[in-house]
Amino acid sequence: MIAPFSWLKDYVDIDISAEQLQEKLFSCGFEVEELTYLGKDVTNVVVGKILSTEKHPDADRLTVCKVDCGDHGVKQICTAATNVFAGAKVPCALDGATVLHEGGVQKIKNGKLRGVASEGMMCSGEELGITDDYYEGAEVNGILILDESEPVGADIRPIVGIDDYLFDIAVTANRPDCQCILGIAREVAAVLKKPLKLPALTYTAAQTDVKIPVEVKEPSLCPRYVGHFVKDVKIGTSPRWMRRRLALSGLRSVSDIVDITNFVLLEMGQPMHAFDRNFLRGGKIVVRRAEEGESIVTLDEKQFGLHPDNLLICDGEGGVALAGIMGGLNSEIKPETKEVFFEAAKFARDSVRKTSRALGQRSDSSSRFEKGVDAYTCPVAMDRALHLVEELGCGVPTCYRADVNAQDLTPKTLSVTMEKIDSLLGIEVPKEEAVAILKRLFFDVKEEGDSLLVTVPLWREDVDGWPDLAEEIIRMYGYEHIEPTFLTRASVTHGGWTPAQQQELKFKRVLAGEGFFEACNYSFYSPKDFDLFRLPEDAPERRAIRILNPIGEDLSVMRTFLAPAMLQNVVRNVRRGNAEGRLFELANAYLAEELPLKALPKENKRVTLAVWGEGDFFDLKGAVEAIAESFSLRLTFERGEKPFLHPGKTALIRMGEREVGWMGELHPSIAEELALEKPVYLAELDYDVLSRKFAKDIVYHNLPKFESVQRDLAVVVDEKVTCAELENAILRACKAAKKAELFDVYRSAQVGAGKKSMAFRITFSPEETAEKPLSPEAVDGFFHKIVGNLAHNFGAELR
Amino acid sequence: MEEQIVQEDIVKAAQEEAEKAEGSRALYEVKMKFLGRAGIVTAMLKKMKEIAPEERPSFGKKVNAIREKLEQGFAAAEARVKQRELAAKLESESLDVTMPGKRQKRGALHPVTRVKNELVDIFAGMGFEIFEGPEIENDYYNFTALNTPADHPARDMQDTFYLSEEYLLRTQTSAGQIRFMEEHRPPIKMLSPGRVFRSDDDATHSPMFHQMEGLVVDKNVTLCDLQGMLDEFARTMFSSSSKTRLRPSYFPFTEPSVEVDVSCAACGGKGCSLCKGTGWIEVLGAGMVNRRVLENCHIDPDEYTGFAFGMGIERIAMLKYGINNIKLLTENDVRFLEQFKD
Repeated sequence: MIAPFSWLKDYVDIDISAEQLQEKLFSCGFEVEELTYLGKDVTNVVVGKILSTEKHPDADRLTVCKVDCGDHGVKQICTAATNVFAGAKVPCALDGATVLHEGGVQKIKNGKLRGVASEGMMCSGEELGITDDYYEGAEVNGILILDESEPVGADIRPIVGIDDYLFDIAVTANRPDCQCILGIAREVAAVLKKPLKLPALTYTAAQTDVKIPVEVKEPSLCPRYVGHFVKDVKIGTSPRWMRRRLALSGLRSVSDIVDITNFVLLEMGQPMHAFDRNFLRGGKIVVRRAEEGESIVTLDEKQFGLHPDNLLICDGEGGVALAGIMGGLNSEIKPETKEVFFEAAKFARDSVRKTSRALGQRSDSSSRFEKGVDAYTCPVAMDRALHLVEELGCGVPTCYRADVNAQDLTPKTLSVTMEKIDSLLGIEVPKEEAVAILKRLFFDVKEEGDSLLVTVPLWREDVDGWPDLAEEIIRMYGYEHIEPTFLTRASVTHGGWTPAQQQELKFKRVLAGEGFFEACNYSFYSPKDFDLFRLPEDAPERRAIRILNPIGEDLSVMRTFLAPAMLQNVVRNVRRGNAEGRLFELANAYLAEELPLKALPKENKRVTLAVWGEGDFFDLKGAVEAIAESFSLRLTFERGEKPFLHPGKTALIRMGEREVGWMGELHPSIAEELALEKPVYLAELDYDVLSRKFAKDIVYHNLPKFESVQRDLAVVVDEKVTCAELENAILRACKAAKKAELFDVYRSAQVGAGKKSMAFRITFSPEETAEKPLSPEAVDGFFHKIVGNLAHNFGAELR
Repeated sequence: MEEQIVQEDIVKAAQEEAEKAEGSRALYEVKMKFLGRAGIVTAMLKKMKEIAPEERPSFGKKVNAIREKLEQGFAAAEARVKQRELAAKLESESLDVTMPGKRQKRGALHPVTRVKNELVDIFAGMGFEIFEGPEIENDYYNFTALNTPADHPARDMQDTFYLSEEYLLRTQTSAGQIRFMEEHRPPIKMLSPGRVFRSDDDATHSPMFHQMEGLVVDKNVTLCDLQGMLDEFARTMFSSSSKTRLRPSYFPFTEPSVEVDVSCAACGGKGCSLCKGTGWIEVLGAGMVNRRVLENCHIDPDEYTGFAFGMGIERIAMLKYGINNIKLLTENDVRFLEQFKD
């Protein structure tokens, strides 16, 4: 919301600087995002009067002028402009001045032009940053010729309308009433404790027999429609003061009648439209939903096919305006327009927003309606427009007005006590102070005993409860009055992480202890990741929830597993020269029961790990084992297959019978596709399933009375026999064997082709209840039993 | 005979030879020459029988005295040699202590996790329970129950990712407020950290980030309590001299609503580039819980009041560590992540 300082001053006697006003607005809830002084780049430029002109002795195209700059003396200035003449008043940039030049700021210094001294520069309108809307003649080719009445030697900025500030104000969504100059002025008046001077609304209504009946068929989409007939219109150009204000808000001047509608929009926040009455077929207005297949051509000559969701302003035959968005080309104001029908209506913000989005058509009107326009303002704005018509002399307001209103305009009255307000704020606001604040904000306040009966101004549709009043009071009274306390009267509660959250944190710390850095990825990725992972068409991972309005295709599906994002992290790291590393991420995947969604999907917390550069399969496996150890999980690993993993280096991870994850080397063909030179190892586990089996607490075992005994066993077996098979067989063969750890694998010609020697260190422990230590003979017996078992089941030979 | 056993001569000879001996082996040989089974002392004792019986006791005494002297001398010599040998061994074993140590490389938690933990610890100490709601929400919990009905302009404040007409990616952890209040009765102190999503993607916005929502509902809770708690938070999180400033704002689910600025820790409030010269940094949004929100959760707003606050965890992390680009937090570059080791 742009508010020029000078315009605000029309309604409030502001006796503080723009910077001070910025502070005041900030304190009451209106942050000025940018405060711009319009004349900041034009300095040291004054009104000069050309005393004489002479041709430059050495340059045909240059003219040498003597310019009287009043107190600044008479300057000799050379110019290439051809429109200068003796007696003309011009803007004159003195030595050291700054002006605008080709989008930048140019410094002016005394110098010589073709050998002739030139003390400064005469300026064009462009060099002052102005257009015809600011000052007559500003757009002529050459020097800006000022009015003869301008005082010689005076600062040029107030004269050409740039001695002014623009406040760019952030207005919160609950205050659509402040999306206009008058709304901001109300706040300024309240915060400065000054009266508000309302704009003039009076006009003389001429007689007319013309009637333009208005029928609103959709009162819920159009709660109020005010129309007014203006006759004897003479289309012309609007005055400079109006054009300048439109220009400051970025609106171009069209014609006086159209400019009035835009001016009222800026001033009062009420979008208006002007129809050429002679093009209203049937001489009436009907507000209805568009029919399927109906279309309209708007002022900007775009044609739109419509739908019953679109509200249409029609005459007796068809559409003449897209309600709240833009008028139709068929009834637009033309230079020859003689009669005008003004519209000031309230259209439902949701309806305007939906139509505007659906058609891709926006305007200053539609953006205002989307924020919310109040029904109270419609006739007030109409009065203002009619006053301006009369003031500008561009038409004659008549007595004919149509006003179709479906909204209850009885003001809301709220009953509140200071006790309630104070109990919310926690401080005591003096009652008379609170009442004064509300009155300054145009609330009507009646005191009845302890109660305040507060009537809400009709333009404040946001206020509907007494806490709103508490907010109005405190924002004007000042938040600096709040004295920090610490729940002096509240109950004590116990807080902290839940056990599950503590376990999660421990889980992350275990992985960090294993050298992994925690990663954080978006919850969505590209469906192309599924292709990269070589997932078949019917893979469950492809059943991803799609975002209806994604930022782009690359971020368009919700993750069904985490590894694709992790792989992208590895690729990014490698490309940036981080040749090695370890990463993990613990986050949700989203699994839909049904697509499209019929219920909240399952959020499945998963963990993914990656090792690249340094380390191999077993480094990654070590990390998974560390997790298992830290949470007392019994995980087993078996050879498996995943389309995205090296077929010989893939393990499925089970907890009991249940598959809880996988790990392995990224398939070399995918690595090649991603230009990864060294292998990447990936794992992913279902954290939710793991966490259900996390050991809750430490289980203590008494130390055995007798020492354990260790024996080494080396056997030669076929290549295809796995470590896990042998380990399990050893433990199953003998109850006293508590642990069997592989410590060496050896292959040689001696061992034989297709064979390998595997050496295990076996730990034998006596029963906890045993009365004596294990004897060497007993251990020998165990050992032979194991050897026999391995020989029988795997054809293992003792080495 | 008498002359043959001059004590001084033998001891002196042994001393000289022992001193010349290099290393314990050579010394042992010298010792054996004098004290061994075939040594000089034994040889002397063997002569005992050649001596007249009456002289034998004094002869014996003399030889024993010599043996004693020799044994003492050799013990000292042995100690000396051992000392020398140990010194040489230790010298040969010395290390370059400036060489690097051997260790398991350590990883680290993500800075957002670190800051989240820190925030949770602060508020847990004040009695807050931690609650994590779903990341995919329905329209009711994310908007409607938070006093943001379908045509509410505040819906435009947040660009929402929709999964269907009904389901969406939560735009705010405030959604957790309602779920928590449906399950719990006052007194309530709840903290809800988590991922949130908005369809914004530029230099300062990320389509996914983390928020932390705090909610207090009890009897007699006031705006003063809100500021008191946030003051305490700012002092713990930023600096012991941090202050907060409230200024009016708008959120549909609080009334009054405030923006909360914290005094700039970098300049102490004097104004610097970090705080853009204002001395204040916008850190969070807050307010008194809107009566409608309490009503939606069947909590009587005439009996109970409450306040809520919400902050962006990334923003706090960026302020705390001086991280200048939000994208760094999701790029997962190990050179970035390894700076957040414990």
